Amino acid sequence: MLLNQAVAHPRDPDARRRATALVVAIIVMWPLLVIAQFNPAILFDAKNLATMAAFLRGFVPPALSAEFLGLVMKSALETLAIATTGITLAFVVAVPLALAVTRSLSISRIGPGPGLWRATALRAVVRSLLTILRGVPELVWALVFVRVLGLGPAAAVLALAITYGGMLGKVYAEILESTDTAPARALLESGSPQGAALLYGLLPNAAPEIVSYSVYRWECAIRASVMMGFVGAGGLGQLMDQAMKLLNGGEVATILIVFLLLVQLADAISAHLRKQLA
Amino acid sequence: MSFQLHRVSLVHPNGQRALSGVSFAAQPGERIAVIGSSGAGKTTLLRLLASALRPTDGSVEVLGMRPWQISAGKLRRLRSRIGMVHQAPPLPPRQRVITAILAGRLGVWPWWRSLLSLLYPADIAGAREELARLELSDRLFDRCDGLSGGQLQRVGVARVLYQKPEVILADEPVSSMDPALADYTINQLVTEATTRGVTLVASLHAVDLALRWFPRIVGLKAGEIAFDLPPVRVTEQALRDLYASESGPLPLHGEEPFVLPTRALGRDAGRRKSSCS
Amino acid sequence: MRDEAKAFQFCLSCALTLAVLASVIVASFGYLHLGLERLLSAEAIADMRNFIVSFFPPDVSAGFLRKIARGALETLAISAVGTLLAMMLGLMLALPASGRYGRALRAATRFVLNLLRSIPELVWATLMVLAAGLGPFAGTLALGLHTSGVLGRLFAEALENSPAEPSDALRQSGAPRAFAFLYGTLPGVLPQFVAYALYRWEMNIRMAAILGFVGAGGLGQLLYYELSLLHQAQACSVIIAMLLLTLAVDALSAKVRKGLGRAYG
Repeated sequence: MLLNQAVAHPRDPDARRRATALVVAIIVMWPLLVIAQFNPAILFDAKNLATMAAFLRGFVPPALSAEFLGLVMKSALETLAIATTGITLAFVVAVPLALAVTRSLSISRIGPGPGLWRATALRAVVRSLLTILRGVPELVWALVFVRVLGLGPAAAVLALAITYGGMLGKVYAEILESTDTAPARALLESGSPQGAALLYGLLPNAAPEIVSYSVYRWECAIRASVMMGFVGAGGLGQLMDQAMKLLNGGEVATILIVFLLLVQLADAISAHLRKQLA
Repeated sequence: MSFQLHRVSLVHPNGQRALSGVSFAAQPGERIAVIGSSGAGKTTLLRLLASALRPTDGSVEVLGMRPWQISAGKLRRLRSRIGMVHQAPPLPPRQRVITAILAGRLGVWPWWRSLLSLLYPADIAGAREELARLELSDRLFDRCDGLSGGQLQRVGVARVLYQKPEVILADEPVSSMDPALADYTINQLVTEATTRGVTLVASLHAVDLALRWFPRIVGLKAGEIAFDLPPVRVTEQALRDLYASESGPLPLHGEEPFVLPTRALGRDAGRRKSSCS
Repeated sequence: MRDEAKAFQFCLSCALTLAVLASVIVASFGYLHLGLERLLSAEAIADMRNFIVSFFPPDVSAGFLRKIARGALETLAISAVGTLLAMMLGLMLALPASGRYGRALRAATRFVLNLLRSIPELVWATLMVLAAGLGPFAGTLALGLHTSGVLGRLFAEALENSPAEPSDALRQSGAPRAFAFLYGTLPGVLPQFVAYALYRWEMNIRMAAILGFVGAGGLGQLLYYELSLLHQAQACSVIIAMLLLTLAVDALSAKVRKGLGRAYG
């Protein structure tokens, strides 16, 4: 039997590294916990418990009067409309930006030919624009627009148009670059205009993915529309915000249920559309 | 009685009959090799002994208890006294060898020790000792995914050695090792069994290893025991019958020409290996 | 003649779908009475220009920058603690949701996880403000609850797909169930868990900023406050700070992932 006599007290070589990591984690997490005012005891404070309990008790039964249900349905329709118009405008914004940014339709890159500097600079500028459009959350835009345009769906639609325009633009450009670019390049090399190269060379392959992503974004837009309602931009969100401010548990319960059903419906429509068009 | 199987049958849920009317018993300290062709039921037999599988017919008694008639707590404690070396070592790739070996005693350790060992290994010296017996101690702190198949099998054996069970079951424990290493590893298992007086049952595909190291050979064919004899009484014809389903020569692990041993086993436990990977 | 007819073929159902789509879009515009045309009047454009100009230059006075720093730290804390909470709660729910305790429990916990993640963070935030009062704790809880639904489902799927042999073998040698899991299954799925959590943290930092709009602390609450007082210049600073914070967290998350090694994605 071979006995390893070299080490009398064997040590774990990883131990020091792990201990350091643990210490660093504690040093970082402790102040974060304090800043986040992490205090589970508050949840059990008598007043908060009472408020919460009363509110939750109001959930059953949910408000089901014909009048209120009619209101909820109208708001749900409004939310759907906001998402649809928002995505449509976002599409309108995204398409020219995507075409400007994508390298698959660049004539100056063939060779490279004349105008390369200008085209590259333009692409860089548009790319930064897309980043800024995407970078600011849509809720922030909504908040600002509500100040300008007043309460109502217009603020949400514009906010969606801007942020989702940025998102769609970036993804469209990426899709156009990741599909097979040989057909388009061949067309460009034989002198056809960029529009034709797009329609005959890129779109046939890229269209399914583009459609699929756009429909997926529509689903997200519905959720975003509900959230924007909380800052006054219409739809189910605004209704829920009002109900919550009045601590009306029954109404909140109904709206939540309708919202969850709406999300399921959107999911089903989205799956169907993607199968049909892609 | 270390264990006792009485007319045990096992039919898999898909209808496949793995064992039929097997009666098999052993005294503490016996060393038994189970041989047979692929699909003969060796793994099923061992898993039955490990109380991992429940027989469809017949009775099982291990270490004086009937595993399927006792409470869950008692069954767990019974299982911690049985050690199984799996053919494919069930080791998570990202886990270090030291943790994998120490896991052998999880059935015995108190909960706080098992928990603390995750942070800092509770018994480095002990694990190293077992790994050293398999000539692998320099890999103690390596991750399992950095080891070859044969090395992983040795870690699996080390884990069972660390567990110090009263019954050692080994399911083709050396299938990924070269002949010299396989011989050496079986040697270690046999040494452990003899030193501590515990029962060892090993299923082996290679007949020469079985005949060389074990004083009792059980031949399994199509789920039934074909013979249960000491090596000197195992005839070449019996072996050919056993492996009739496999075409070609008898399966061997070594490269020397196959010769049936004509004298009884009397090897000393301290045999040294010739080479090692 | 026949060639021309063939050339004219197109997918009828696609055309139908597109037609329905177009009419739905038009109907949506009509339904909302957006009146976006009024935005194009000369007066409106002038107003718009003035409004945009009022945002610049952003307020970078020392006093306000300190407020922003505090808000940014709060937002960072909300996102970090919230994601951590989500990891713990998600893991706890993922165990039954992966089916190891039976089908009934699996269905029940999957339902709970779905509920948690279907309800948007903002809605959770308004609920948590009720339960915990205004401030960052509400935001932390909201993020924690919502994200635990997301992470819990991902964890459950990872657990279901992980090999059972290591933990089975340990139970075989008498290890208690909990330790068979800790020593056998967890080492295999931990890298995935951590990768998902880091990815969610990047999304959560954006969310944490917004939750302040309903009173859950951080940069969001500051922005809401400044905008309601029509302090556009200050609002602009906060928005820029939000952008920078998001970029910083993205970079940090990428660095941590690289530091933890290949398997962590």
